[in-house]
Amino acid sequence: MIRESYLNWLILLGLLAVPIWALTADEPFTITLATRAAILALAAVGLNIALGIGGLVSFGHAMFFGIGGYVMGILAYHAQSFTPLDLGAFSIAGTKSMPIIWLVALILSGLAAWIVGLLSLRTGGVYFIMITLAFAQMFFYFSISWSTYGGEDGLSIYVRNGFPGLNTLDPIQFFGICFVLLCLVLFLNARLQGSPFGLALNAARQVPARVETVGLDPMRIKLLAFVISGAITGLAGALFADLNRFVSPTMFSWQMSGEFIVLIIIGGVGRLMGPVVGASLFVLLEHWLGGLTEFWHIYLGTILLLIVLFARGGLIGFLTGKEGAHV
Amino acid sequence: MFEPVLETRNLCKSFGALTATDQVSIDLRPGEIHAVIGPNGAGKSTLIQQICGGLRPDNGQVMLLGKDVTSASTQARAKAGLARTFQISALAMEDSVLENALLGALGASGRPWRFWQRASAAVDLRDRAEAALDRVGLLDQGDKRCAELSHGQRRQLEVAVALTLAPRAFIMDEPMAGLGAAGSKQLTDLLDGLRGQAPILLVEHDMDAVFALADRITVLVSGKVIATGPVEDIRASGAVREAYLGEAA
Ligand SMILES: Nc1ncnc2c1ncn2[C@@H]1O[C@H](COP(=O)(O)OP(=O)(O)OP(=O)(O)O)[C@@H](O)[C@H]1O
Ligand SMILES: [Mg+2]
Repeated sequence: MIRESYLNWLILLGLLAVPIWALTADEPFTITLATRAAILALAAVGLNIALGIGGLVSFGHAMFFGIGGYVMGILAYHAQSFTPLDLGAFSIAGTKSMPIIWLVALILSGLAAWIVGLLSLRTGGVYFIMITLAFAQMFFYFSISWSTYGGEDGLSIYVRNGFPGLNTLDPIQFFGICFVLLCLVLFLNARLQGSPFGLALNAARQVPARVETVGLDPMRIKLLAFVISGAITGLAGALFADLNRFVSPTMFSWQMSGEFIVLIIIGGVGRLMGPVVGASLFVLLEHWLGGLTEFWHIYLGTILLLIVLFARGGLIGFLTGKEGAHV
Repeated sequence: MFEPVLETRNLCKSFGALTATDQVSIDLRPGEIHAVIGPNGAGKSTLIQQICGGLRPDNGQVMLLGKDVTSASTQARAKAGLARTFQISALAMEDSVLENALLGALGASGRPWRFWQRASAAVDLRDRAEAALDRVGLLDQGDKRCAELSHGQRRQLEVAVALTLAPRAFIMDEPMAGLGAAGSKQLTDLLDGLRGQAPILLVEHDMDAVFALADRITVLVSGKVIATGPVEDIRASGAVREAYLGEAA
């Protein structure tokens, strides 16, 4: 048994150590895998705020991931083709600047989360799952039919976007960017969880009636959590597209949404580092088992089943000997 | 004579063919404990729900401090000064005792949009929460998870959360439910001291507690008020006995 705070640092150090080792061993592909894990972790950290603290089981977070991806794709596409992006009343130029792309991704996915949240938070349980899924599917089918940006085939970006002062084409530098963003968001998540807002959100999950009787509106609290959650997953989407230099409708797919939930369950629902553990393990399995058999999802499924049956607190719960996240 | 803190006027509520609240007009005056008694299913909790905002009445009004709050939300009524305790404890079981009290303090502060500060380090919240816990005798249990509390301690915590709101009126739904004699006595003493702070509308089955605490009693049977008045009158009239033996209605 190990204290969760130590374990959290160990996990972060582990994720940092792998690409540094890969750099010295000249294994650039391993760096890319670690980057992939960091980005998926970031997406799941976003979901974990809604799902883990707020109890909002969103089966539509691929929507925000895809929005972030397409923000990157569309802005970079117009920059690389030197065509203006026509927004009806006016038009803007594309951009290859990561910070600007991130900002737009955060804002647009947060806005989408606000609208979806307004329309779906009144429902609960299975209905909430279905409605969020339905919204994500709308984006999925829309992106398939959006031929301007590649439709079903997606959109390729030839050169990775830039960050001032860094060479983003260098895998370790791009990993650094993703890792720092992940750490920042984890720090934000930790603060939020211990803050008065986190207290209210945590209570809104457990006893909404109590939250109302002390004069707070549980719906507004959950809505804001959903917006923060969607925005973070949107940011991850922009990074994911940059990693692959490619966006396609699969980023909006329900499989993607399901994957985020799986990552959280593997690591531990509501655990700060749950998504990081889940994403790292997921990428490892995907790589190792995926090389051996195309049915690697069966093994993933088996692991998931074992965790759900025997380790309710996920891997972190198992390692710390504490099943509940909120203690 | 008195400006009532809280008043219901001809409140009516039906669930299908069942009339759960039938023309109920009661009031709560400054400094008093007003007990509402009646057999199981008499409509006491339904009445409280309408007073606190969980249920919309079919007819009639709820007045709080002279203002019509009949269609106000639960949150708005809480902000306007109503503090409710639940018949079945509604506490955040995974959270600590202190955190439950902090939630009340946060509601009272009206500023939940604080993302950076640590809740347990927010002086305004902590002082208020600890004062309330101290009042009910749970201060030394602050770090315990609510799920680990005894039933009696949960009932005390319910009252503590209500205290953090510094309300204009307490609405308590069977605070003694499930308490043993000792716990009941302890809570009775606590509530007795509260009436100076704000009046209490007290729904209670425990007759010893009711007679020890109440200034006035209203007897509710099948949704109707069958008797209301000072404790001595009710005791003398036999309305209580009738109510509990089911001879009335
Ligand atoms: N949501 C509802 N739908 C239908 N019937 C309801 C509903 N809530 C309460 N009732 C019915 O209304 C009547 C009054 O219920 P209520 O809970 O107010 O009684 P009570 O006086 O609080 O009883 P107890 O002493 O058992 O707590 C009961 O017959 C109950 O079955
Ligand atoms: Mg009741």
